[in-house]
Amino acid sequence: MSAAKTLNLTLKVWRQKNGNAKGKLENYPLNDISPDSSFLEMLDILNNGLIEKGESPVSFDHDCREGICGSCSLYINGEPHGPARLVTTCQLHMRSFKDGETIYIEPFRAKAFPVVKDLIVDRSAFDRIQHAGGYISVNTSGNTQDANSIPIEKENADEAFYSAACIGCGACVAACKNASASLFVSAKVSQYALLPQGQVEAKDRVLNMVKQAEKEGFGPCSNTGACEVECPKGISIENIARMNREFLSASISK
Amino acid sequence: MSKLDSKIPEGPLKDKWTNYKNNINLVNPANKRNIDVIVIGTGLAGGSAAATLAELGYNVKAFCYQDSPRRAHSIAAQGGINAAKNYQGDGDSTHRLFYDTIKGGDYRSREANVYRLAEVSTNIIDQCVAQGVPFARDYGGLLDNRSFGGVLVSRTFYAKGQTGQQLLLGAYSAMNRQIAKGKIQMYNRHEMLDVVVVDGKARGIIARDLVTGEIERHSAHAVVLGTGGYGNVFFLSTNAMGSNVTAAWKAHKKGAFFANPCYTQIHPTCIPVHGTQQSKLTLMSESLRNDGRIWVPGKLEDAKAIRKGTLKATDIKEEDRDYYLERRYPSFGNLVPRDVASRAAKERCDAGFGVVANGTNEGVFLDFASAIQRYGKEEALIKGISNASQKELTALGEKVIETKYGNLFDMYKQITDQNPYKTPMRIYPAVHYTMGGLWVDYNLMTNVEGMYAIGEANFSDHGANRLGASALMQGLADGYFVLPYTIGDYLADDIRTGKISTDSPEFEEAEKKAKGEIDRLINNKGTKTVDYFHKKLGLIMWNKVGMARTAKGLKEAISEIAILRDEFYKDVRVPGEADELNQELEKAGRVADFLELGELFARDALEREESCGGHFREEFKTEDGEALRRDAEFTHVSAWEYTGNPSEAVLHKENLEFENVELKTRSYK
Repeated sequence: MSAAKTLNLTLKVWRQKNGNAKGKLENYPLNDISPDSSFLEMLDILNNGLIEKGESPVSFDHDCREGICGSCSLYINGEPHGPARLVTTCQLHMRSFKDGETIYIEPFRAKAFPVVKDLIVDRSAFDRIQHAGGYISVNTSGNTQDANSIPIEKENADEAFYSAACIGCGACVAACKNASASLFVSAKVSQYALLPQGQVEAKDRVLNMVKQAEKEGFGPCSNTGACEVECPKGISIENIARMNREFLSASISK
Repeated sequence: MSKLDSKIPEGPLKDKWTNYKNNINLVNPANKRNIDVIVIGTGLAGGSAAATLAELGYNVKAFCYQDSPRRAHSIAAQGGINAAKNYQGDGDSTHRLFYDTIKGGDYRSREANVYRLAEVSTNIIDQCVAQGVPFARDYGGLLDNRSFGGVLVSRTFYAKGQTGQQLLLGAYSAMNRQIAKGKIQMYNRHEMLDVVVVDGKARGIIARDLVTGEIERHSAHAVVLGTGGYGNVFFLSTNAMGSNVTAAWKAHKKGAFFANPCYTQIHPTCIPVHGTQQSKLTLMSESLRNDGRIWVPGKLEDAKAIRKGTLKATDIKEEDRDYYLERRYPSFGNLVPRDVASRAAKERCDAGFGVVANGTNEGVFLDFASAIQRYGKEEALIKGISNASQKELTALGEKVIETKYGNLFDMYKQITDQNPYKTPMRIYPAVHYTMGGLWVDYNLMTNVEGMYAIGEANFSDHGANRLGASALMQGLADGYFVLPYTIGDYLADDIRTGKISTDSPEFEEAEKKAKGEIDRLINNKGTKTVDYFHKKLGLIMWNKVGMARTAKGLKEAISEIAILRDEFYKDVRVPGEADELNQELEKAGRVADFLELGELFARDALEREESCGGHFREEFKTEDGEALRRDAEFTHVSAWEYTGNPSEAVLHKENLEFENVELKTRSYK
């Protein structure tokens, strides 16, 4: 909508044919990008240009382009989801960049997130952590009690919501020097720990999910707080403190 | 007519579902272990169905094209989910939710299905709360509600502007529990390319592993499609980039009738198009219409000045603004149903009053200034602040708006670089949801035995227009509470069938065909990208099959789409190989199917010579421009049978019978 002038850019993009191949950064000049375009629309333009020239387009994960599905990733100029705060890559707009700028675009790097192709990584480790306990064991029979039969303090309900707002994108892991998944795991643990429905299985849940995260090869948390800064959904590291309390109390009593 | 048996149970409306459940065949738990079910798609419908079927004991294979089932596009639903709980004591009931849905759908849906939906709606809320879905609550700790368009009660449950996300994560958690037990085998990054029909029954699918490119055969005793809608036929829509019609379209080509393809919901409040580089549109939740007032300048010269940038929205005096929804529909005002609000916006913009300089003037204001003042005064009273200055009142009011809609306001600011607390949002209608879909009977089974369609992928509950916050309700109703019963009745005959072989000629042929289509695309070596064709298709659809349709435009669209499809197969370029991760190949396959669907879509719109819900024909309107239904001729479902060429499909009609509501002209005035 703004009539600002378009941008000319140099992109340095990680190209890797598949999980077994070696990758490297390739240079791509790209001109006439509208500052109102999103970062991914900029990559669409790059790709359509590459296809027309008979070259192979850059593969990257994306889907909803509304900042909620958690598909998009990208390590942009050394930061997961790029320079803007509280946004995913798909909600990052080119007005965050300057004319003439060089932009480095790499995949999220972590041992537990192997590269699949170019900028796409395999984040199925997150799913497996959820399989280990990211649920409340209730049958979907429809015969549960009335939803209003257990009042939940608004403050706890709101806190549980903020924890549950995690989109599972993996930026926390990419931001962490230890590639720790603590923010991700703790957000799920916290959501249930804050709700009465989650109490019954709370101990097994935290023990099993933490164990699975270690098994997947995510590192330990050393409280640098980088994850919180880079999280596009503003998930607080207070969740990690809560998870540690839950873990400790579960370890003692189990 | 014999081809379409809706299988609606006998008896009074309110007893149909209960009687039905009491009389169906059941499969005993030991036998369920010998029965396989394939579920395609893991959104609210597919995810909840997969979890529930697995919990019942069936062996479930679930497929999604995303890298995790949690990313299906249900996750992007913002506003809320309806349920007739009547927690607010404002007169809601199962019957009222049923009635609102039938009326909202402009009397083009099936009474028995809609009543069942209203009936199970309350179970959904109980279920989700038990799963730990953090719905919004009031200070007493009880669940909060808000209001949506087209109704006069507050029955919408919500979790900020992220209700779809929370509900989907609930269904995903239910799936996880079953994946951990081995009852669901999950296939991420897999796309269904065809359904396999053996002896008239759906017995499996052909799928492509999107990482390796391998073509796989999967067999089952039944196949469930929960694959969402086909709004991306318009290229620009609020759907996810990967949302597609492929699964439903392949099912159609294998014999399943496609019902009412022309019923499309154009959502009134989306962020307007900014330019030709745009890849998708973003919705601003309908919940904003609880507090936002929609207007355009009342004077043409003011609208021109705003587009030129010489005048700001806030410069226009109150008396020079046209709050056209409040003017035209005083009783529902800004909360008229979506189709009505969208057409009214188009009418103003076509008349030259639009406020966005995007070539087509497509944009109107959604203004929160008066809500901010109203809430500011309320807060000042609550806090006991007397003599608050204008500035203080504004700050207090903005705080309330932030609590209610903060994340939406942030998203708007991020995309447009404008501050909606200080200047009105600019919005315009965009393609959002498709009411049409695969024809299903009361059991949610298509006319191909053993092939089911649930959620947005079927046609059954929303008629010609869906009410806000009802998509989430339908998806979860189908998946958690309807399909698990109805599919059992069908599978009860399959307990002695044993494992279905994937070595049959039917699997062989389907695999060969799928591979052939991929090879054709890869070897085409044309000069134009897939996006080039998709954008062209989108423009034809938007201009000629969009918010207002004419016979002439629709006929043009049908022939233009056919020409474009030929051009696509002559000149599309799909780089890379078939046996690798190849996103252009994925897109090409989906666009190829959209190019066929678009033609049938336009044909359906052409045949339906009336205006109803989201389908508006210029030739059929009242003197004051409202939709004109023709009940005598068109109170039916149009179900299309594929015969080899999309626009030459054969029309079958299912007459809609209304025994419990009287057909009236919808009025929101």
